[in-house]
Amino acid sequence: MPKKTLQIVESAYRATLEEQDDTVVWITHAMKGAGGEFDVLLRGNAVNYAVKAQDASGLAFGAKRQTQPPRLAEDVAKFADKGVTVLAVAEDIAERGLERGDLIASVKPVSRAELPALLERYDLIWHW
Amino acid sequence: MPDKKSLTFVLMDPPYENARTTTALRLMDIAVRRGHDINVFAYEGAVNVAFSKQSPHANAVHGRDAEQEDHPNPKDWVAALFQEAEKRGSRLDWVQCGLCVDERGAGECIPGLRRGSPADLVKFTETSTNTLVIPTK
Amino acid sequence: MSNYLLIESRDPFESNEVAYFYGLAKDLAQAGHGVTLFLVQNGVLPARPSVQAEAVAAVARAGVEVLADDFALRERGIAADRLAVGVKAASLEVVVDRLAAGHKALWH
Repeated sequence: MPKKTLQIVESAYRATLEEQDDTVVWITHAMKGAGGEFDVLLRGNAVNYAVKAQDASGLAFGAKRQTQPPRLAEDVAKFADKGVTVLAVAEDIAERGLERGDLIASVKPVSRAELPALLERYDLIWHW
Repeated sequence: MPDKKSLTFVLMDPPYENARTTTALRLMDIAVRRGHDINVFAYEGAVNVAFSKQSPHANAVHGRDAEQEDHPNPKDWVAALFQEAEKRGSRLDWVQCGLCVDERGAGECIPGLRRGSPADLVKFTETSTNTLVIPTK
Repeated sequence: MSNYLLIESRDPFESNEVAYFYGLAKDLAQAGHGVTLFLVQNGVLPARPSVQAEAVAAVARAGVEVLADDFALRERGIAADRLAVGVKAASLEVVVDRLAAGHKALWH
């Protein structure tokens, strides 16, 4: 039975141009594909990754355009297809003026008070 | 060594830009001196920590030539860790995330490191006692 | 019950997110877990008695062991024998030893 890891993602919107991805969301997909067991908790500014209306398209420098902008809501939603549960801290969502309807359906809100019990369910907790 | 463990460190930061690289190296040095085996997964900018083309320089602000400045580059600190690990019979397995190496043109690194992928990090996780992710911000 | 090692590298003068991490340490301790909050880098700045010292003291009162990297303290000229209430100077070796002992480790 592989170890179960909770990926807490806090840092957000670091790599729009150079990586065309969020690199923690990306590596979680890759590691899941390699046999690891992960769930994801979005907190702080990273709760915004669950916002349906994100659009990073249109960057261009001289004649060169970015043709594959990050599509973070899609990447987060795709975790559901792989059996990766995605949670987001409810208070962080509310503090940022977001409502449930702004977010993709598969993300489950969890309150700060529930975090101690949540962390206990995992062998490892990686905080990004 | 009866208390020998295997510890995995995940690094993300390039050298020179913040204090996390220093702390990470300090932790690895302590772990090596304790006789533990260490795995390192260098992700993103951390693939540049051991870039072999780093070179020292003089410091005109302090009036020191290169020899007087005695300013080891990060690659030298990493090489020293490998030497210490060998001396103490510890294994230091340093994997560079291959795609991160490619996109940064960081393919030239000191001897001892190897190219890998997220699958290596999964393997490290399963085989080591514990893992510490030191993320960038 | 588990043991947690929370490593705080940032300081509350610069980042609001430090309060979250202090809060997580308190909540884990109040849930009955063994918790160490290890301050490193600029994370040791609130270990000097200051306007932020009460935030750190509150974490210690909640039953969290609050330690500050002795090198980082010295680097910043913070006297190890005059720290904020509840904070003790410690070697970074503690982090390696707690990792080796299997404490769940989070870096912030």
